[in-house]
Amino acid sequence: MPIFNLNINGKKQQVDVAPDTPILWVLRDHLDLVGTKYGCGIAQCGACTIHVGDVAMRSCQMPVSQVGNQPITTIEGLSEKGDHPVQRAWLEHDVAQCGYCQAGQIMNAAALLKANPKPSEAEIEGAMNGNICRCATYVRIKAAIKTVAS
Amino acid sequence: MTLVKTTYNRRSFIKATAISGGGMVLGFSWLASCKPTPEQIKAMPKEWFNINGFLKIGDNGLVTIMSPNPEIGQNVKTSMPMIIAEELDTDWANVIVEQAPLNTDIFKRQLAGGSQSIRQGWESLRMAGATARRMLMEAAAKEWQVPVDELTTEAGMIYHKKSGKSTDYGKVASAAGSLPVPKEVNLKDVKDFKIIGTPRKNVDGPKIVTGQPLFGLDYKRDGMLIAMIVHAPAFGMKLKSVEDTAAKSMPGIKDVFVINTYPEGVEKQWSDTDAFPDLVVVVGNSTWEVMQAKKALKVEWEQAANPDSTADYVAKMAAEGGKKPKEASRRDGDPEAAFKNAAQVIERTYTAPYLAHNTMEPMNFFAHVTPDKAELVGPIQTPEFLEKTLAARLSMPLEKIDIQMTRMGGGFGRRLYGHFGVEAAVISQKLNAPVKLIYTREDDMTQGLYRPAYSVTYRAALDADKNLIGFHIRGGGMQDSPVHPNRFPAGAVDNYLAEEWTVDNSISTGAWRAPGSNFIAGAEQSFLDEVAEAAGKDPIEFRLALFDRAIKNPVGKDNDYDAQRYAGVLKLVKEKSGWGQEQPNVSRGVSAYFCHNSYVAQVVDLVVEDGKPVIQKIHAAVDCGILVNPLAATNLCEGGMVDGIGHALYSAMTFRDGVPEQSNFDKYRLIRHSEAPKAIEVHFVENDIDPTGLGEPLNPPIVAALANALYKATGKRVYDQPFMMDKAMLG
Ligand code: FES
Ligand code: FES
Repeated sequence: MPIFNLNINGKKQQVDVAPDTPILWVLRDHLDLVGTKYGCGIAQCGACTIHVGDVAMRSCQMPVSQVGNQPITTIEGLSEKGDHPVQRAWLEHDVAQCGYCQAGQIMNAAALLKANPKPSEAEIEGAMNGNICRCATYVRIKAAIKTVAS
Repeated sequence: MTLVKTTYNRRSFIKATAISGGGMVLGFSWLASCKPTPEQIKAMPKEWFNINGFLKIGDNGLVTIMSPNPEIGQNVKTSMPMIIAEELDTDWANVIVEQAPLNTDIFKRQLAGGSQSIRQGWESLRMAGATARRMLMEAAAKEWQVPVDELTTEAGMIYHKKSGKSTDYGKVASAAGSLPVPKEVNLKDVKDFKIIGTPRKNVDGPKIVTGQPLFGLDYKRDGMLIAMIVHAPAFGMKLKSVEDTAAKSMPGIKDVFVINTYPEGVEKQWSDTDAFPDLVVVVGNSTWEVMQAKKALKVEWEQAANPDSTADYVAKMAAEGGKKPKEASRRDGDPEAAFKNAAQVIERTYTAPYLAHNTMEPMNFFAHVTPDKAELVGPIQTPEFLEKTLAARLSMPLEKIDIQMTRMGGGFGRRLYGHFGVEAAVISQKLNAPVKLIYTREDDMTQGLYRPAYSVTYRAALDADKNLIGFHIRGGGMQDSPVHPNRFPAGAVDNYLAEEWTVDNSISTGAWRAPGSNFIAGAEQSFLDEVAEAAGKDPIEFRLALFDRAIKNPVGKDNDYDAQRYAGVLKLVKEKSGWGQEQPNVSRGVSAYFCHNSYVAQVVDLVVEDGKPVIQKIHAAVDCGILVNPLAATNLCEGGMVDGIGHALYSAMTFRDGVPEQSNFDKYRLIRHSEAPKAIEVHFVENDIDPTGLGEPLNPPIVAALANALYKATGKRVYDQPFMMDKAMLG
């Protein structure tokens, strides 16, 4: 199997996996970065959201062979001390219920706010619509995003 | 203060010592990132002293509280320890929470289901904290040679006013741990609570927002293999043959074999419901490799029972609902005469489809079974029953089976049914290796245990003065009846008849968040809205008049609700929503229901834009007795309501020849951000009644508040879920 050199959370990582392996499973199975979650595997739930450069991507849809040297950020690397403004807002609003979807929600929200620091209500809904929360914490997620935006 | 007899005996304390261990044991140590953070290490005591099974105290006053019950997102890992900390009278900032292992001798009911964790844990949790506090006080009294009754405590400190002496819990913990358990303890008065009733954040919050391993799917062990299953593609099919040569030769694949989860003769628990005991198992080194090998399998299945399509069971339900059941579930007065003499009879039928649970974290479990022990780790709502089944299935004594509970990425009833834990153990036993079993989303969604499809017909009889003189409910569903014959409006109508039926097929069903209630509340409260309208009454006043009747002069016995509390939430929501002062162009619907021991009333405000409902606001009033953690309670109430709205509007499982037509979130519609309500206000009734749960009571009634508001907006009633597929909404 080919060797891939990856740049993940600012660290160089080497993995030996099949080229079609989605980066989701490379992170979870090979690099012990299990914060990125599996929810659907078909780009429908957003649980697996990571940043490739500054862009939010569904890691279940991205084969490792396509990553190249683009820097990848996962929830574990979003901030060094867990104090990214989005993470702080999530704690302030006590957003999580089961918590399973929240890494994906946070990563998506962080990318949205980076690209658009003052999103409108409709822009928040549009950008976040791909992230399902089965516990239905949507009202709190939106409130937390608004806190960061204000 | 209330003096109560303690319900612990020494035995449970000794056992507790053995399991919670001394020294610097810190919860899980799965992965490097799970180790305590530097701040925690600095604050860690040199020594821990076990006071009882629920808690240990460090020499520096830090307290570790074991959270007894499985955490599925209902917040018990925060709120149950809060109750212990309250009676212990420590500072919440001093508390570390750990998930307790399975040990029902100490922790009693370790089950997440029926919204019962707080209600049934209330007394034993208070006792655990109060006995510990008393033992700490006794140790200090002994040291100071003063009567224990002269001591007071506050926030982890013990004071003797007369002598001016004080000490902290940490300094007397060692001595306290060796004292006998007090025979009686004082419990606090509700008015003296300092932690209960105050907003406390999720103890796992920091780990959740930084992606630390918490869930079953995150669990790892050296040398662990990954296993996946292939189950029959349709209900009513069984395995015929497997051609696995290609799959076996694929990279990273260790083995392919067939298992039977529940062979003939193995004693099952109620939680061992499983439509697909015959499974093809693929085992390999990594998830992706196993997923690929699964696709290369050639499996043949054969018909073992009649396959049902959606049209088949819809027809079966309609036929059965049209027959008169032999026996009534409840009969008051003379309902037949009331309907015969009625000036007006209203009859309506409501239906709802099968639903999948769709926990965000798919089913999974870790198992390492060797000839002399079985270790299991994973997400399970019923660990005690899983342990019993494992003992039978693996032919092992209970003591050799160890189950650790992980945080769960949702439960909703799905993880009551622990077949996946048994499967993981059987696979590990066969391989003699540590294995994590993972379901794909498709495996999970097509596995069954669905919320049953339901149908109910209501009839109301009104006299010439528009009084409700008769009420008839006839309801049923696939394998299950949603009718609760002794619930409201039983007790409030002179002539009342409840009848139930069920029909069978091979599609498996199970408990789904607020079983039965999740359908019947919406039907009942929609129907009452229509009856109130026919009677020319305001829907809230109409219901209050019925409750008034049930309070003053209830009909029959065994009425399964407290009409006063029921009316209380309706009055509160009426006041808080400003009922009667509607805004122009905003449509309102109201609903109220009692289930799982809590009372809920809701008002939905919505507008319809381009044929789509936009919910502008929900007002909810809730009576769950003493509120333990208002922050988490509000969150859970919000989630329950949005969940109820989402499933009522969008979700359904349908079938063709036994094959589920939805297997992932592309076809199965869950509510999304843009469809969620814009604002929610939750109001709690304040009282001193022992607390009840909130995991389930919020989603049932919201279906009717939504339907009644939709009627106001469109002039059309919706009867068939999901409402977005109802002809009234489709136009
Ligand atoms: S797992 Fe990637 S979007 Fe659902
Ligand atoms: S918090 Fe449970 S899925 Fe979002």
